[in-house]
Amino acid sequence: MKNTKEKTSIFNKMSDTNLLLTITVVIFFFMYIGAVLFQGGGFTKPQMFFNILNANASLIITACGMSIVMISGGIDISVGGVVALVSMCCAVYLDYHDGSIIGSVLIALGIGLAYGLVQGVLVAYFDIQPFIVSLAGMFFARGMTTIVNTAPFNVEDPEFNALKLTRINVPGLGTVNKKGIYVPAYVEIGVLVALLIVVILFLVLRYTRLGRSLYAVGGNKQSALMLGINVKRTKFLSHLICSILAGIGGYVYFLHVGSGAASHAMGMEMNAIASSIIGGTMLTGGVGNIIGTLFGVLSLSTIQNIVASAGLDQAWWTGITIAAMLCIFLLIQSIVMSQKKKALKI
Amino acid sequence: MNKQMIKKITGNQLFIPLMALILLAVINLVNDPGFFKVTLGTNNAGNPVLSGYLITILDYGSELAILAIGMTLVTAASGGQDISVGATIAIAGSAMLRILCGGNSRPDTIQAPIIVAFLVACVVGMLCGAFNGILVAIFKIQPMIATLILFTAGRSIAAWINNNELPIVPDPKFAYFGGFIPGIPVPTTVFIVIICIIIMALILKYTNLGLYTQAVGINENSSRLNGINPTFIKFLTFVILGLCVAVAALIKVSRLSTINYSVIAKDIEMDAILAVALGGNALSGGKFNMWASILGAYVIQFLTTTLYKFNVQSDALAAYKAVVVILLVIFSAPTVREYIRRLAKQLPMSRREAA
Repeated sequence: MKNTKEKTSIFNKMSDTNLLLTITVVIFFFMYIGAVLFQGGGFTKPQMFFNILNANASLIITACGMSIVMISGGIDISVGGVVALVSMCCAVYLDYHDGSIIGSVLIALGIGLAYGLVQGVLVAYFDIQPFIVSLAGMFFARGMTTIVNTAPFNVEDPEFNALKLTRINVPGLGTVNKKGIYVPAYVEIGVLVALLIVVILFLVLRYTRLGRSLYAVGGNKQSALMLGINVKRTKFLSHLICSILAGIGGYVYFLHVGSGAASHAMGMEMNAIASSIIGGTMLTGGVGNIIGTLFGVLSLSTIQNIVASAGLDQAWWTGITIAAMLCIFLLIQSIVMSQKKKALKI
Repeated sequence: MNKQMIKKITGNQLFIPLMALILLAVINLVNDPGFFKVTLGTNNAGNPVLSGYLITILDYGSELAILAIGMTLVTAASGGQDISVGATIAIAGSAMLRILCGGNSRPDTIQAPIIVAFLVACVVGMLCGAFNGILVAIFKIQPMIATLILFTAGRSIAAWINNNELPIVPDPKFAYFGGFIPGIPVPTTVFIVIICIIIMALILKYTNLGLYTQAVGINENSSRLNGINPTFIKFLTFVILGLCVAVAALIKVSRLSTINYSVIAKDIEMDAILAVALGGNALSGGKFNMWASILGAYVIQFLTTTLYKFNVQSDALAAYKAVVVILLVIFSAPTVREYIRRLAKQLPMSRREAA
């Protein structure tokens, strides 16, 4: 909070999006540095950071999609279900039908595309509330996952497992372990995919007509319509992008865990929404940033790691801390925005 | 004249849930003529009980119906939904068990009267509602996001209240609320729902709550200019929902005489929101019809029971439910209804032209 007050002079000049992004990034760095200083241990090693990335690559991708939908003023709570459905379908295809990697990627994209088309049409052209449509979508995906296969199982396909274990070393950030052997820091393929998507979406939102339309539609539908923006198509595209990203995120998730189960990615949609909010995206639409979402995911998982390494390992602490963090971020956003509104009025 | 009447009937909010109910009933009747048979039998304790699919629907739909009451008010006033009700049920239920069992997971007798435990649960539920209400009404956070906080933390808090133990209530009297009172063959939950509905009907009839809620939902600023306090109304609806949650928690916990933090009332928030939507209430707030929501809750339970009857696995249930929901929502969407109306108008015209 101190930070934002010092900036009062430039405070009003910043757009809502940038202001919230700054808050998020600053808080994330404070949190991480705090963890390094006070907890030490694993946090001093760069690999800790990369592990967070490895475990959350799929969350980054789905949260980016969620941000796009939220910027355009909608919501999509089906992403967790889609992730579970994708991983189950790919697992069954690879193991029981002797499928290839390319085929499984196509399945993931296909499921995402189908979901995006159906949900996008229902939301944009039939004017049904996105919450209800994606709620049904979530139910459908979770149900279908169990219909495809009830029991959870690990994928045995050797080609897939080779891909799963592929590690990309990060130069210069390894550590020397107790035996004096140099252990390089690594990331999984999913992380590269996630970062690539973050960069692409950042550019799309900032420099393309679609990106600007998304902000315009989310900010004020009526005035966007009067500016000649095709509101329906923009809404449709936002849901399409989100679902395709959920499909890709599902494959990355599958690549990370290497199994199919109906209980996969339980509550992921809520984590994605929480990350987007922490990253400064507002559910009312028109405000948000992909970079912020990336930091949102990182903050969320960093706090989880801090809680776990602080010895508060009872299951309930994670839930409570995430909720407390969400609460704090929401209050900061709410206070900052109302302060700003007041300043503008005067 | 005739056309107007048709329009009046199809335009009514109760039309969609009633049609869904009739459709489900017909499907069941065709599939199994004995579906609606209600038999009087005796349960394990030797008490007379009514059994049959219809009774099951009435019994297990009660929590949903009670939640639908509160959810309708919240939806109408704030234009958003409370997704924390399932988690709050866990918290209120856990608090109730903590009072009843006094921190001991296997007590011989209950440590406090049931009424005290219930009142504590009510207070806890209302506190949770007040927390959500403050975030929504004062801090102007969107309801779905504000309640996301309790949604994530709720089950953890519930486990924390009882030290992650699963206390069992020893008193058989406690099970009456979710089961049967000896000598009365109708499930107790039905009476609880009726009491709740009567109270709500009285409140709506004799206070301005309904009018004010709709006014706030339709236009917050103009309602403020008319002397209504929108902040207080929004806050109040969340507190009322908290009370409904406490009643639902009583039923839920009483059914098992114990609690399972991660499973109790799972996904019930989604069903409650669906009930409101099925009742034809706009999820963006404004006008509401309480009875349509309650009917919607029973339609959902009817659907669930029907699917179970068709031997659908409980895990796969969601997929079928989703298809039905989407169909219902598509048919109740304004654009689709408009299109059908236009089509219906064109039909006689083209027939006339053909003649």
